[in-house]
Amino acid sequence: MGTYRNKGNKATKEGFGEGILEAARRNKNVVGIGADITHSVNLSLFAAAFPERYISLGIAEQNCMGAAAGLALSGKIPVFPTYAVFSAMRTTDFVRISVCYNNLHVVIGGGHAGISVGPDGATHQALEDVAIMRVMPNMTVLSPCDSTQARKAAIAAVEQIEGPVYIRFGRAPAPNFTPASLEFIPGKAQIMKEGSDISIIATGVLVWEALQAAKILRKEGINARVINLHTIKPLDKETILDAARETGRIITVEEHQKMGGMGSAVAEFLAASHPVPIHFIGVDDRFGESGQPGELMKKYRLNASAISREARYLLSPDQEPPEL
Amino acid sequence: MDTEKLSETSRDIRIDIIRSLSKAGSGHLGGSLGMADVFTILYFHVLNHRPEEPDWPERDRMVLSAGHIAPVLYATLAHAGYFPKAELMTLRQLGSRLQGHPGRDHRLPGLELSAGSLGQGFPVAVGMALAGKMDKRPWKVYCVAGDGELQEGSMWEAAMAGGFHKLDNLTLIIDRNGVQIEGHTEDVMDLEPLTDKWTAFGWHVINCDGHNHTDLIHAFDEVDTIKGRPSVIIATTKMGKGVRSIEDNYRWHGKPPSKEETEDFITQIKES
Repeated sequence: MGTYRNKGNKATKEGFGEGILEAARRNKNVVGIGADITHSVNLSLFAAAFPERYISLGIAEQNCMGAAAGLALSGKIPVFPTYAVFSAMRTTDFVRISVCYNNLHVVIGGGHAGISVGPDGATHQALEDVAIMRVMPNMTVLSPCDSTQARKAAIAAVEQIEGPVYIRFGRAPAPNFTPASLEFIPGKAQIMKEGSDISIIATGVLVWEALQAAKILRKEGINARVINLHTIKPLDKETILDAARETGRIITVEEHQKMGGMGSAVAEFLAASHPVPIHFIGVDDRFGESGQPGELMKKYRLNASAISREARYLLSPDQEPPEL
Repeated sequence: MDTEKLSETSRDIRIDIIRSLSKAGSGHLGGSLGMADVFTILYFHVLNHRPEEPDWPERDRMVLSAGHIAPVLYATLAHAGYFPKAELMTLRQLGSRLQGHPGRDHRLPGLELSAGSLGQGFPVAVGMALAGKMDKRPWKVYCVAGDGELQEGSMWEAAMAGGFHKLDNLTLIIDRNGVQIEGHTEDVMDLEPLTDKWTAFGWHVINCDGHNHTDLIHAFDEVDTIKGRPSVIIATTKMGKGVRSIEDNYRWHGKPPSKEETEDFITQIKES
């Protein structure tokens, strides 16, 4: 893998909507469920193209999730995106029983994920959704790193995955940098940059920040490997194990609570297979707040400088720890 | 099936419910006995289904939302020929296809949905009915819910959706036994005026005696004449129906009969 160029900022929700539209063009069984924020989660592209396959169910997420299960039981491939705070939390019991226990192919979209939602504040910033979704048996959890990848992930969610799938995406425009040729294989992590001193395992829009951190570190003589863990469940154990064995130190980076998220998934696996020091970058057991996305990412230490600081500290523990 | 045979079938289903719960040593007796007549009419008169071909795509769907009364569903499915009646005696045991609350992962023929967390099966039934409408299929969706279950907010989300989308291929049957775990519904959280509520949500409402087979058949016949809106049958039932010594007693919501009670209850069923 070479260097990546930002082709222009684009929210991952854009790619999600484009991917669903494309998958729906290829498969007439794809149906969409709207909960009053169809435009906001970019299902509106699908709804405009296939009004006869779009179902408005209003601000009633529990019923939406149950109905999605019923549609899946009747030969449809339902796509139900809403804000992640609702699709993962308002409806949790419906996800668990109606969707996951019945093991149904429902494509659940978690929009407005992470703190980069911005001015809407803590109520709408999902920082717990990955933790909840990944503990559900049968569930696949996807967290694409940019809009281009979100498009591919949405198509894969419809066409390649058989059971329940949760796909996480964000609202704020973010660097769109992966090449169109980069294949998206669910469950197969991508080594975005080779490196031997330390591994930075990132997910979602913070993969870009991890790459920027690796650039900063490179100038200091630190050769960091950057892994895009776009599938949080099932975990790509092989790639993670190689990273632990070959670099000996790991930093996980996610726009999510440290507890229970992607970093926890990596740590659970490595603790039992090949324990190495792991540092976690994420939100530290607190709620978010209003602010511009960039301001919040800085305040909550979810950017390249925070990642590079953490890497220096992990490599030289006698240094002062990064301030919290 | 003639009326005499229907009565005989619901009596036999009740006896099998008692025996399977007695063997299991746990489970929900009262509600299961109370719905034996509704299930008999559904599976032996109303549903267009093929027990020998459980996944027949054109079958009517019957979704049990109140998963805790699974024993009546299982006993009815066995009597309808979906699986051997002897399997009823494996209820709630390790490795059984008859889970305490219905679980499709155990592949029981005829079981449409894993359910048991109240307020979920009905939204799923709405989704099935939406799919049937979208594909213009003639099959229908029936859903059985408890009256206490109507205290779940999701039931009213689904009710709103059913009325709004004019799902005349969907029928909800409410087990109106008036009791829930802690007592009478009007003391725990009153549901009345129930008919007015459903009417306001755009549903055609039919009240009937949930133990009178003729009344039930008329109710389902009436449903077939209703176009442009979904129907709800509010079936008045008695928890524990058929065993006079426990009828209407909410303490029998969630317990099985002891060994001594088992034979006494079966005798009462036979004499009722």
